[in-house]
Amino acid sequence: MINLVQNEMIKLVRKKRLLVVTIIMAVLISMFTYAQFRESERVQERLGTTDWRTTLQQQIIDIQNRLSGSQISDEWRKQLEIRVSQQQYYLDHDINPAEPGAPTFVRGFIENSIQLLLPLMIMIVAADLVSSEHSTGTVKILLTRPVQRWKILLSKYLTLVLSVSFLLLMFGILSYVISGIVFGFKGWNAPVLTGFTVEAGELNTAGTHLIPQWQYILMEFGLAWFVSLVVGTLSFMLSVLIRSTAAGMGVMLACLISGTILSSMVSSWESAKYLFMINLRMSDYLQGMAPPIEGMSLGFSLSVLAIWAAAALVISFVSFTKKDVY
Amino acid sequence: MSDVTLSVKGLRKVIGKREIIKTIDFELKKGEVFGFLGPNGAGKTTTIRMLVGLIAPTSGSIKICGYDVSKDFTKAMQNIGCIVENPELYPYLSGWENLQHFARMLPKMDEERITEVVNLVGLQERIHDRVKTYSLGMRQRLGIAQALLGKPQVLILDEPTNGLDPSGIREMRQFIRFLAEKEGMSVLVSSHLLSEIQLMCDRVAIIAKGKVIHTESVSALLSQQERLIWRLVPHQTGVNMLKELTDFVKEEGESVITFYDDSKVGEWNKKLIEAGVTVKEMNRKLPSLEDLFIEMTGGEAID
Repeated sequence: MINLVQNEMIKLVRKKRLLVVTIIMAVLISMFTYAQFRESERVQERLGTTDWRTTLQQQIIDIQNRLSGSQISDEWRKQLEIRVSQQQYYLDHDINPAEPGAPTFVRGFIENSIQLLLPLMIMIVAADLVSSEHSTGTVKILLTRPVQRWKILLSKYLTLVLSVSFLLLMFGILSYVISGIVFGFKGWNAPVLTGFTVEAGELNTAGTHLIPQWQYILMEFGLAWFVSLVVGTLSFMLSVLIRSTAAGMGVMLACLISGTILSSMVSSWESAKYLFMINLRMSDYLQGMAPPIEGMSLGFSLSVLAIWAAAALVISFVSFTKKDVY
Repeated sequence: MSDVTLSVKGLRKVIGKREIIKTIDFELKKGEVFGFLGPNGAGKTTTIRMLVGLIAPTSGSIKICGYDVSKDFTKAMQNIGCIVENPELYPYLSGWENLQHFARMLPKMDEERITEVVNLVGLQERIHDRVKTYSLGMRQRLGIAQALLGKPQVLILDEPTNGLDPSGIREMRQFIRFLAEKEGMSVLVSSHLLSEIQLMCDRVAIIAKGKVIHTESVSALLSQQERLIWRLVPHQTGVNMLKELTDFVKEEGESVITFYDDSKVGEWNKKLIEAGVTVKEMNRKLPSLEDLFIEMTGGEAID
């Protein structure tokens, strides 16, 4: 089995897939770092101060102004109200939610990329793991070796797990290093509040507690790893079922994008919460944001995603071992 | 165990409602080159895919060195090497890396065996270049090297000379004969060209519409089927003489066609000359595959 995984890793590396994805990440991170930098400059100019309390106060006022406007949907209003009370809580307890430094950037960046960016990167790697063997025709040699088919597929899946882990590691390292150059590398121990729960549109602060930022980031990375693995597994299944890499990628892309669109408009369609793409924003649970649909929780999303991934794995293995290869 | 290395019994494949392969039976013996002759769409490639486990047969059994392909897949595959259709390898890896890749999938792997097969197919000079820079002939050779890695008893080559130039075809033929005679392998070669089968095979199975319609040794097939084309002057005298000498005489425009009979042709020629008939041309000719089919299936078209 180690031999088989080694084979798959060699192919993946020689196809330069990992390299390409890493470069894309580096470019994007640099862009976001620059954007973030300009943003903080602008805020400083406007408020004429570097004190975060003033900034936070200003943000609260901004949101309240928007809330008083009449052109605002109920869901959006709820979201904003929760955010205000959260920020008020930070202000009251004298905690800077955006302690400057690379770790804060990493934290914010992973929160923003968990739903779309990371899954897309993973998809690039996962979508052609199996289908590329079909398009080059090498599947015929691969499957006529004295190795059972399920072992071949398992070696490919293990390769996927390894690549997902590798890419997340690179994601962390790259965003830390690149943003660190601009914002400084400090801030691992800055306190972060977590444990907010949202019940019936109200922010419940009973369970909140402070944890050091590094711990919070670790938790986020754990969730991001899980989300990436689930998306990877689904792309993997499509790669087994659909022999064309492009078609497989297209289907996955459509799902992911519809997920981002849906999560902002499905609060009345309750059964949508069983769709995998609605459950990808798992870091929101740590932050205490209102979930897109009432009744969703961290445990709920974890189980929904786990079930999707398990089903995808079963389908992949059954199909791969039974299917005739032409 | 006997010297049968591959045995196929009652092989059938139904896809949807269509019966693609009706009944295929044949056996391969140690050290022989076996031809699989049939027009495109006859079911050659489908059969080969079933032999190597890419497609599951609807019914029938395939045994490689005594191991059933569907029940004992791993053991059966250890005894077989194959190229199905084109030799497709990873273009972004070098030839050597491709071989390493497939060697890792075998129970025993050592660099020596890789060097050995590379030397066998004569790819030493370019083996460390990427496969995408290879010519078709080189890919074909690399494909064979890959198939030989596990020292198989049975080698299956689907249209091995497809796309090669004349010298490449000749080399390939010699190489296949070498593998059978010197290495004692059974080689199954598929082709749609009778001339090719004639030059490298010991026995041949002719298949059409998913059925084996004839299995025979190549020499026997040729002695029955090979024709001789005569051009004689004066034409009519010659035709009449030939009719006395042999049963089958067919006139076709200026020429006369008889069967080719190695032991008698010289005699016929002599008699014609003695009778004052000028033999302007004597030409041995293989019937086309189409003629052969028409004869064997009793005039049914190939389609």
